Amino acid sequence: MTFSPELEAKFDKLLKSYPPGRQRAAMVPMLLFAQDEVGSVTRELVDEVAKRVGVQALQVDEVITYYSMLHRKPLGKHHVQICTNISCLLTGGEELWKHACAKLGIGHKEVTPDGRISLEEVECIGACSWAPALQVNYDFHHQVTPEKLDQLLDRLRKLT
Amino acid sequence: MLYNEPSPLEVRVLSRRFGLPNSASIDTYLATDGYKALRKALEMKPEEIIEEVKTSNLRGRGGAGFSTGMKWSFVPRTSPKPKYIVVNADESEPVTCKDRVLIENDPHQLIEGMLIAALAADAHAGYIYIRGEYRYLIDILDTAIAEAYQHGYLGKNILGTSFSFDAYTHTGAGAYECGEESALLESLEGKRGIPRIRPPFPAVVGAFQCPTVLNNVETYCAAPAIIRDGGAAFAALGVPKAGGTKLTCLTGHVNKPGVYELPLGFSVDKMINEVGGGIRGGKKLKAFIPGGSSCPVLTAAECEGLTMDYDAMAKRKTMLGSGGVVIMDEDTCMVKVALRIMRFYAHESCGWCIPCREGTSWLRKTLVRFHDGMGQRDDIGLIGDLAKNMLGRTFCPLGDAAALPTISIVEKWAAEFEAHLNGRPCPYENVSQLVMA
Repeated sequence: MTFSPELEAKFDKLLKSYPPGRQRAAMVPMLLFAQDEVGSVTRELVDEVAKRVGVQALQVDEVITYYSMLHRKPLGKHHVQICTNISCLLTGGEELWKHACAKLGIGHKEVTPDGRISLEEVECIGACSWAPALQVNYDFHHQVTPEKLDQLLDRLRKLT
Repeated sequence: MLYNEPSPLEVRVLSRRFGLPNSASIDTYLATDGYKALRKALEMKPEEIIEEVKTSNLRGRGGAGFSTGMKWSFVPRTSPKPKYIVVNADESEPVTCKDRVLIENDPHQLIEGMLIAALAADAHAGYIYIRGEYRYLIDILDTAIAEAYQHGYLGKNILGTSFSFDAYTHTGAGAYECGEESALLESLEGKRGIPRIRPPFPAVVGAFQCPTVLNNVETYCAAPAIIRDGGAAFAALGVPKAGGTKLTCLTGHVNKPGVYELPLGFSVDKMINEVGGGIRGGKKLKAFIPGGSSCPVLTAAECEGLTMDYDAMAKRKTMLGSGGVVIMDEDTCMVKVALRIMRFYAHESCGWCIPCREGTSWLRKTLVRFHDGMGQRDDIGLIGDLAKNMLGRTFCPLGDAAALPTISIVEKWAAEFEAHLNGRPCPYENVSQLVMA
């Protein structure tokens, strides 16, 4: 499997970051970084990571199911993650979530037919003092209002 | 950058560089006493560093509140095994968003804190375990680490001494559980984040089965100030048995939510009404969570005369925890709060211990039924019983974290559960939580 030179450089650095014989430690960071490039954790990617860290593919598979950010199916190009945990709930996170679902016509972990936007109701993302908050891929959006959410979703629909 | 205006009531020790231009750069750090504490620590014996930290009365800022000096002293320095420094930057406890601002605004303070801990424990490598959602912080830290290498604060023969230390970032990939120290270590080793049985504690058998100092970001960030200005000066900022300041994440129904650095022992009333600008819409306080969603919830009456410190919270049978404060006004549905908290723990339970795995999912189902108006009177007692049967029966504190807020809510707000009986709609159904600007 071939990756971009930037990702290969990250992999090299990771595999040198842990004590000798402990390269398995690089598995989760490698999977997450690779997922960002490949789009999802594919069978091919599992085999490749297993080979590089020196474990069986099954040992990678059993780790993947534990982590909520690793996923086997591709998400939308813009993955909108709306937090509804306690601090966001108290500031309207749940209302934002329902608003986004209605506007896009999709639900939790679903993707719009054009593959552009996906939605996920997430647990606390660490933006509690600036709630309600959401993340688009890795970018934080704080103190979101229904109006701001509308503008954001409209922008994401048009973004190539 | 800062996401909220600072408050004039803050005592800014760990956040002293917040808001400075390029506060994350090594130039700003060096221009504002950066790495001075490291120079001092390099001339101290490990015992002296540990003694200074003990004098500071610094207690673990991740939630447990254990004495940091004591924790560092448990590492067997003379062990032939390598020793490691591990930073818990998983920040997964709901309501907690302070480590994020500490790393974003002042990453070198964390690196210097790691170096001080490394000198105390004779460690030569350290890992910063960052939750996957905080991807941008990995870039910030990787840049800071590269700067520190260039300036000779990391790597071989630091500042011309015989001391060498390497620092690495490591990303998680979405798991609350990995904020628990033993699960974090499993995760760091490339496994599922399942808790380890303790003892042995990480100080003796930690990362890669070697002795390890494992602390929260904020705990390490306090170390430079302690060494630079002395443990006694840090201790004097707080209260007896709890020194220094605490980054407090003020959230929920306040006018000015934000992350504020307040001295230990700060008045809860002052925090809500002066730092936080009072409750939104001039409403009354109904409920208060002092330190993350795993703490027992307090009523407004219980908050009277209360201060933000470990012992004062323990007297009210709750915890200072991670400093994640939730303010809930009079129009908050406590059944819904209990349900939302339980939904989270049921989602995050790793399934290793049966009382937690089964308990959280049954409690979630029971609370859903209740909030939907289909609860039965007997369920009110059942919720408390189920939760109490989880307490102390799991390898890690996730079971307790789920049980404690639930028990407190069902006991203190039983009337609200009654109000949901017999198919009655939630009394707060039509209250919008959105801020109407």
